[in-house]
Amino acid sequence: MRLSYPTDIRIIRVPCTGKVDLVHILHAFEKGADGVCVIGCLEGDCRFKTGNLQAKKRVRQAQVILDAVGVNGQRARMYNLSSGEGPKFAQFAQEIDKIVRDLGPNPIKKALTKKAA
Amino acid sequence: MIVAKQKPLEEIIDYISDIDSILILGCNECVTVCEAGGSKEVSVLASSLRMYFMNQGKQVRIDEKTLERQCDHEYLEEIRNIVDNYKAIVSLACGIGVQFLSEKYQTMPIYPGVNTCFLGATEDRGFWTERCQACGQCILAQTGGICPVARCAKRLLNGPCGGSTDGKCEINPELDCAWQLIINRLKALGKLDEYETLAPIKDWSPDRAGGPRKVVREDLQT
Repeated sequence: MRLSYPTDIRIIRVPCTGKVDLVHILHAFEKGADGVCVIGCLEGDCRFKTGNLQAKKRVRQAQVILDAVGVNGQRARMYNLSSGEGPKFAQFAQEIDKIVRDLGPNPIKKALTKKAA
Repeated sequence: MIVAKQKPLEEIIDYISDIDSILILGCNECVTVCEAGGSKEVSVLASSLRMYFMNQGKQVRIDEKTLERQCDHEYLEEIRNIVDNYKAIVSLACGIGVQFLSEKYQTMPIYPGVNTCFLGATEDRGFWTERCQACGQCILAQTGGICPVARCAKRLLNGPCGGSTDGKCEINPELDCAWQLIINRLKALGKLDEYETLAPIKDWSPDRAGGPRKVVREDLQT
Protein backbone atom coordinates (compact mmCIF):
# COMPACT_ATOMS: atom_id res chain seq x y z
CA MET A 1 0.00 0.00 0.00
CA ARG A 2 2.95 2.30 0.77
CA LEU A 3 0.79 4.53 2.91
CA SER A 4 2.44 7.29 4.84
CA TYR A 5 1.63 8.36 8.35
CA PRO A 6 3.37 10.73 10.81
CA THR A 7 6.85 9.53 11.70
CA ASP A 8 6.72 10.61 15.32
CA ILE A 9 4.35 7.82 16.29
CA ARG A 10 5.94 4.94 18.13
CA ILE A 11 4.11 1.64 17.86
CA ILE A 12 3.99 -0.66 20.87
CA ARG A 13 2.59 -4.06 19.97
CA VAL A 14 0.35 -5.90 22.45
CA PRO A 15 -1.38 -9.26 22.02
CA CYS A 16 -4.77 -7.59 22.49
CA THR A 17 -5.81 -4.08 23.55
CA GLY A 18 -7.27 -5.82 26.63
CA LYS A 19 -3.63 -6.08 27.77
CA VAL A 20 -3.34 -2.29 27.92
CA ASP A 21 -3.85 -1.27 31.50
CA LEU A 22 -4.76 2.16 32.83
CA VAL A 23 -1.36 2.42 34.46
CA HIS A 24 0.43 1.78 31.13
CA ILE A 25 -1.36 4.76 29.59
CA LEU A 26 -0.61 6.97 32.60
CA HIS A 27 3.05 5.95 32.71
CA ALA A 28 3.41 6.95 29.05
CA PHE A 29 2.21 10.46 29.89
CA GLU A 30 4.31 10.57 33.05
CA LYS A 31 7.36 9.85 30.91
CA GLY A 32 6.47 12.70 28.58
CA ALA A 33 4.40 11.22 25.75
CA ASP A 34 2.31 13.92 24.04
CA GLY A 35 -0.49 11.52 23.22
CA VAL A 36 -1.45 7.87 23.50
CA CYS A 37 -3.72 6.21 21.02
CA VAL A 38 -4.95 2.68 21.60
CA ILE A 39 -5.98 0.97 18.38
CA GLY A 40 -7.97 -2.22 18.80
CA CYS A 41 -10.03 -4.57 16.69
CA LEU A 42 -13.55 -3.65 15.72
CA GLU A 43 -16.05 -3.85 18.55
CA GLY A 44 -17.63 -7.29 18.60
CA ASP A 45 -14.64 -8.77 16.75
CA CYS A 46 -12.30 -9.30 19.69
CA ARG A 47 -10.59 -12.67 19.60
CA PHE A 48 -10.67 -12.61 23.40
CA LYS A 49 -14.31 -11.46 23.42
CA THR A 50 -14.13 -8.16 25.31
CA GLY A 51 -10.48 -7.01 25.24
CA ASN A 52 -11.16 -3.97 23.06
CA LEU A 53 -14.22 -2.99 25.11
CA GLN A 54 -12.17 -3.13 28.29
CA ALA A 55 -9.47 -1.03 26.62
CA LYS A 56 -12.11 1.54 25.70
CA LYS A 57 -13.13 1.83 29.35
CA ARG A 58 -9.52 2.17 30.46
CA VAL A 59 -8.92 4.94 27.93
CA ARG A 60 -11.96 6.71 29.36
CA GLN A 61 -10.60 6.29 32.90
CA ALA A 62 -7.26 7.70 31.72
CA GLN A 63 -9.02 10.69 30.14
CA VAL A 64 -10.75 11.51 33.45
CA ILE A 65 -7.48 11.28 35.39
CA LEU A 66 -5.54 13.28 32.80
CA ASP A 67 -8.14 16.04 32.95
CA ALA A 68 -7.93 16.04 36.76
CA VAL A 69 -4.13 16.37 36.79
CA GLY A 70 -4.06 19.11 34.17
CA VAL A 71 -2.89 17.08 31.16
CA ASN A 72 -5.71 17.32 28.65
CA GLY A 73 -7.69 14.02 28.52
CA GLN A 74 -8.08 14.44 24.75
CA ARG A 75 -4.48 13.28 24.44
CA ALA A 76 -5.63 9.71 25.07
CA ARG A 77 -7.78 8.18 22.32
CA MET A 78 -9.21 4.81 21.39
CA TYR A 79 -9.73 3.73 17.79
CA ASN A 80 -11.01 0.51 16.26
CA LEU A 81 -10.19 -1.09 12.94
CA SER A 82 -9.75 -4.52 11.42
CA SER A 83 -6.31 -5.86 10.58
CA GLY A 84 -7.04 -5.42 6.86
CA GLU A 85 -7.68 -1.69 7.12
CA GLY A 86 -4.26 -0.17 6.49
CA PRO A 87 -5.61 3.11 5.10
CA LYS A 88 -7.73 3.54 8.21
CA PHE A 89 -4.67 3.05 10.42
CA ALA A 90 -2.87 5.78 8.50
CA GLN A 91 -5.94 8.01 8.86
CA PHE A 92 -6.14 7.44 12.64
CA ALA A 93 -2.42 8.09 12.96
CA GLN A 94 -2.83 11.41 11.15
CA GLU A 95 -5.85 12.25 13.29
CA ILE A 96 -4.14 11.69 16.64
CA ASP A 97 -1.08 13.51 15.33
CA LYS A 98 -3.22 16.53 14.48
CA ILE A 99 -5.06 16.45 17.81
CA VAL A 100 -1.80 16.34 19.72
CA ARG A 101 -0.16 19.05 17.62
CA ASP A 102 -3.17 21.31 18.16
CA LEU A 103 -2.96 20.73 21.92
CA GLY A 104 0.79 21.36 22.02
CA PRO A 105 3.40 19.44 24.00
CA ASN A 106 2.56 17.47 27.12
CA PRO A 107 3.07 19.90 30.05
CA ILE A 108 4.75 17.12 32.02
CA LYS A 109 7.55 17.09 29.47
CA LYS A 110 8.48 20.66 30.41
CA ALA A 111 8.78 19.62 34.06
CA LEU A 112 10.89 16.59 33.08
CA THR A 113 13.23 18.72 30.95
CA LYS A 114 13.59 21.22 33.80
CA LYS A 115 14.35 18.40 36.25
CA ALA A 116 16.98 16.93 33.94
CA ALA A 117 18.68 20.30 33.43
CA MET B 1 -14.99 -8.54 52.65
CA ILE B 2 -14.74 -4.85 53.39
CA VAL B 3 -15.82 -2.88 50.35
CA ALA B 4 -14.23 0.49 49.72
CA LYS B 5 -14.36 3.09 46.99
CA GLN B 6 -11.55 5.38 45.87
CA LYS B 7 -11.77 8.97 46.98
CA PRO B 8 -11.85 11.60 44.23
CA LEU B 9 -8.34 12.61 43.17
CA GLU B 10 -9.10 16.24 43.99
CA GLU B 11 -9.82 15.36 47.63
CA ILE B 12 -6.54 13.46 48.00
CA ILE B 13 -4.63 16.31 46.34
CA ASP B 14 -6.23 18.67 48.82
CA TYR B 15 -4.84 16.68 51.77
CA ILE B 16 -1.28 16.52 50.49
CA SER B 17 -0.81 19.66 48.41
CA ASP B 18 1.82 21.11 50.77
CA ILE B 19 3.82 17.94 51.37
CA ASP B 20 6.97 17.12 49.42
CA SER B 21 7.52 13.40 50.13
CA ILE B 22 4.64 10.99 50.24
CA LEU B 23 4.27 7.23 50.44
CA ILE B 24 1.20 5.70 48.80
CA LEU B 25 0.52 2.55 50.78
CA GLY B 26 -1.81 -0.14 49.45
CA CYS B 27 -3.22 -3.27 51.04
CA ASN B 28 -3.34 -6.73 49.48
CA GLU B 29 -6.56 -7.81 51.13
CA CYS B 30 -10.18 -6.64 50.73
CA VAL B 31 -9.38 -3.36 48.97
CA THR B 32 -7.42 -5.27 46.34
CA VAL B 33 -10.42 -7.49 45.63
CA CYS B 34 -12.76 -4.51 45.34
CA GLU B 35 -10.17 -2.74 43.16
CA ALA B 36 -9.90 0.32 45.36
CA GLY B 37 -6.53 0.05 47.10
CA GLY B 38 -4.37 -2.80 45.78
CA SER B 39 -0.98 -2.47 44.12
CA LYS B 40 -2.54 -1.55 40.78
CA GLU B 41 -4.56 1.27 42.30
CA VAL B 42 -1.47 2.40 44.19
CA SER B 43 0.41 2.68 40.86
CA VAL B 44 -2.43 4.59 39.22
CA LEU B 45 -2.78 7.03 42.12
CA ALA B 46 0.98 7.54 42.45
CA SER B 47 1.35 8.17 38.72
CA SER B 48 -1.59 10.60 38.72
CA LEU B 49 -0.20 12.52 41.69
CA ARG B 50 3.30 12.67 40.20
CA MET B 51 1.85 14.13 37.02
CA TYR B 52 -0.24 16.61 38.97
CA PHE B 53 2.69 17.91 41.00
CA MET B 54 5.04 18.00 37.99
CA ASN B 55 2.43 20.01 36.16
CA GLN B 56 2.29 22.40 39.11
CA GLY B 57 6.06 22.82 38.90
CA LYS B 58 6.56 21.18 42.31
CA GLN B 59 9.19 18.56 43.06
CA VAL B 60 7.39 15.98 45.15
CA ARG B 61 8.66 12.50 45.89
CA ILE B 62 5.86 9.97 45.60
CA ASP B 63 6.71 6.33 46.26
CA GLU B 64 4.57 3.21 46.13
CA LYS B 65 4.31 0.22 48.41
CA THR B 66 1.67 -2.39 49.07
CA LEU B 67 1.55 -4.43 52.27
CA GLU B 68 0.02 -7.84 52.72
CA ARG B 69 -2.38 -6.30 55.24
CA GLN B 70 -2.60 -3.03 57.12
CA CYS B 71 -4.62 -4.44 60.01
CA ASP B 72 -1.81 -6.51 61.54
CA HIS B 73 1.23 -5.30 63.48
CA GLU B 74 3.64 -7.65 61.72
CA TYR B 75 2.91 -6.27 58.24
CA LEU B 76 2.88 -2.65 59.35
CA GLU B 77 6.33 -3.21 60.84
CA GLU B 78 7.64 -3.77 57.29
CA ILE B 79 7.68 -0.02 56.67
CA ARG B 80 9.39 0.86 59.96
CA ASN B 81 12.76 1.35 58.23
CA ILE B 82 11.50 3.54 55.42
CA VAL B 83 8.79 5.56 57.11
CA ASP B 84 11.17 8.38 58.07
CA ASN B 85 11.87 9.05 54.40
CA TYR B 86 8.39 10.53 54.04
CA LYS B 87 6.42 13.41 55.48
CA ALA B 88 3.01 11.78 54.96
CA ILE B 89 1.40 8.49 54.02
CA VAL B 90 -1.72 8.09 51.91
CA SER B 91 -3.21 4.73 52.85
CA LEU B 92 -5.46 2.98 50.37
CA ALA B 93 -6.52 0.45 53.00
CA CYS B 94 -9.92 0.54 54.69
CA GLY B 95 -10.50 2.76 57.71
CA ILE B 96 -9.04 0.05 59.92
CA GLY B 97 -5.69 0.18 58.13
CA VAL B 98 -5.59 3.97 58.25
CA GLN B 99 -6.25 3.98 62.00
CA PHE B 100 -3.83 1.17 62.77
CA LEU B 101 -1.12 3.00 60.83
CA SER B 102 -1.89 6.21 62.71
CA GLU B 103 -1.60 4.43 66.05
CA LYS B 104 1.66 2.78 65.11
CA TYR B 105 3.39 5.81 63.59
CA GLN B 106 2.28 8.55 65.96
CA THR B 107 4.15 11.48 64.40
CA MET B 108 3.41 10.62 60.77
CA PRO B 109 0.34 12.20 59.14
CA ILE B 110 -1.76 9.42 57.58
CA TYR B 111 -4.44 10.30 55.02
CA PRO B 112 -7.17 7.99 53.72
CA GLY B 113 -7.24 7.39 49.97
CA VAL B 114 -10.50 5.45 49.95
CA ASN B 115 -13.96 5.71 51.46
CA THR B 116 -14.74 2.52 53.38
CA CYS B 117 -18.31 1.59 52.45
CA PHE B 118 -19.60 -1.71 53.88
CA LEU B 119 -19.18 -5.46 54.40
CA GLY B 120 -20.29 -6.96 51.15
CA ALA B 121 -19.97 -9.41 48.32
CA THR B 122 -18.84 -9.12 44.69
CA GLU B 123 -21.98 -9.60 42.60
CA ASP B 124 -20.10 -9.01 39.38
CA ARG B 125 -16.92 -7.25 38.30
CA GLY B 126 -17.34 -3.67 39.44
CA PHE B 127 -20.54 -4.36 41.39
CA TRP B 128 -20.62 -4.93 45.15
CA THR B 129 -23.56 -5.15 47.52
CA GLU B 130 -23.92 -5.04 51.28
CA ARG B 131 -24.48 -8.32 53.10
CA CYS B 132 -23.57 -7.81 56.75
CA GLN B 133 -23.73 -5.02 59.31
CA ALA B 134 -21.60 -6.82 61.90
CA CYS B 135 -24.41 -6.53 64.47
CA GLY B 136 -22.59 -8.98 66.73
CA GLN B 137 -25.40 -11.52 67.12
CA CYS B 138 -26.08 -13.46 63.94
CA ILE B 139 -29.68 -14.41 63.25
CA LEU B 140 -29.13 -15.99 59.81
CA ALA B 141 -30.12 -19.43 61.15
CA GLN B 142 -33.66 -18.17 61.68
CA THR B 143 -33.98 -16.17 58.47
CA GLY B 144 -33.02 -18.69 55.81
CA GLY B 145 -29.49 -17.34 55.46
CA ILE B 146 -30.64 -13.87 54.38
CA CYS B 147 -30.00 -11.02 56.76
CA PRO B 148 -32.85 -8.61 57.48
CA VAL B 149 -30.50 -6.44 59.57
CA ALA B 150 -28.25 -5.69 56.61
CA ARG B 151 -30.69 -6.02 53.75
CA CYS B 152 -34.01 -4.66 55.05
CA ALA B 153 -34.00 -0.86 55.03
CA LYS B 154 -35.93 -0.90 58.33
CA ARG B 155 -34.01 -3.82 59.88
CA LEU B 156 -37.34 -5.55 60.56
CA LEU B 157 -37.11 -8.92 62.29
CA ASN B 158 -40.67 -10.25 61.89
CA GLY B 159 -41.72 -10.15 58.27
CA PRO B 160 -41.96 -7.36 55.72
CA CYS B 161 -43.46 -3.92 56.25
CA GLY B 162 -46.41 -2.59 54.26
CA GLY B 163 -44.06 -1.02 51.73
CA SER B 164 -43.02 -4.33 50.17
CA THR B 165 -44.47 -4.45 46.64
CA ASP B 166 -43.90 -7.21 44.09
CA GLY B 167 -40.86 -8.33 46.05
CA LYS B 168 -39.27 -4.89 45.98
CA CYS B 169 -38.55 -2.40 48.73
CA GLU B 170 -40.45 0.88 48.96
CA ILE B 171 -37.29 2.95 49.28
CA ASN B 172 -36.00 1.85 45.88
CA PRO B 173 -37.84 -0.17 43.23
CA GLU B 174 -34.57 -1.86 42.26
CA LEU B 175 -33.92 -3.09 45.78
CA ASP B 176 -35.16 -6.56 46.70
CA CYS B 177 -37.35 -6.77 49.78
CA ALA B 178 -35.18 -8.79 52.21
CA TRP B 179 -38.26 -10.40 53.71
CA GLN B 180 -39.52 -11.48 50.30
CA LEU B 181 -36.12 -13.13 49.78
CA ILE B 182 -36.35 -14.77 53.20
CA ILE B 183 -39.84 -16.14 52.48
CA ASN B 184 -38.73 -17.46 49.08
CA ARG B 185 -35.72 -19.14 50.64
CA LEU B 186 -37.70 -20.67 53.53
CA LYS B 187 -40.16 -21.99 50.94
CA ALA B 188 -37.31 -23.54 48.94
CA LEU B 189 -35.98 -25.13 52.13
CA GLY B 190 -39.44 -26.47 53.01
CA LYS B 191 -39.30 -24.52 56.28
CA LEU B 192 -42.00 -21.95 55.68
CA ASP B 193 -43.61 -22.87 59.01
CA GLU B 194 -40.58 -21.28 60.71
CA TYR B 195 -41.66 -17.95 59.26
CA GLU B 196 -44.46 -17.87 61.79
CA THR B 197 -42.14 -18.17 64.76
CA LEU B 198 -41.89 -14.75 66.33
CA ALA B 199 -38.37 -13.41 66.67
CA PRO B 200 -37.79 -12.14 70.21
CA ILE B 201 -36.58 -8.61 70.78
CA LYS B 202 -33.03 -8.55 69.47
CA ASP B 203 -30.23 -7.80 71.87
CA TRP B 204 -28.53 -4.82 70.26
CA SER B 205 -25.85 -4.53 72.94
CA PRO B 206 -23.29 -6.47 70.83
CA ASP B 207 -24.03 -3.95 68.03
CA ARG B 208 -22.76 -0.36 68.15
CA ALA B 209 -25.11 0.52 71.01
CA GLY B 210 -22.41 -0.35 73.53
CA GLY B 211 -19.75 1.80 71.83
CA PRO B 212 -16.63 0.40 70.11
CA ARG B 213 -16.51 -3.37 70.45
CA LYS B 214 -13.84 -5.91 71.33
CA VAL B 215 -13.40 -9.61 70.81
CA VAL B 216 -11.10 -11.17 73.39
CA ARG B 217 -10.02 -14.81 73.17
CA GLU B 218 -7.88 -15.58 76.18
CA ASP B 219 -7.22 -19.08 74.87
CA LEU B 220 -5.40 -17.57 71.90
CA GLN B 221 -3.55 -14.83 73.69
CA THR B 222 0.13 -15.21 74.46
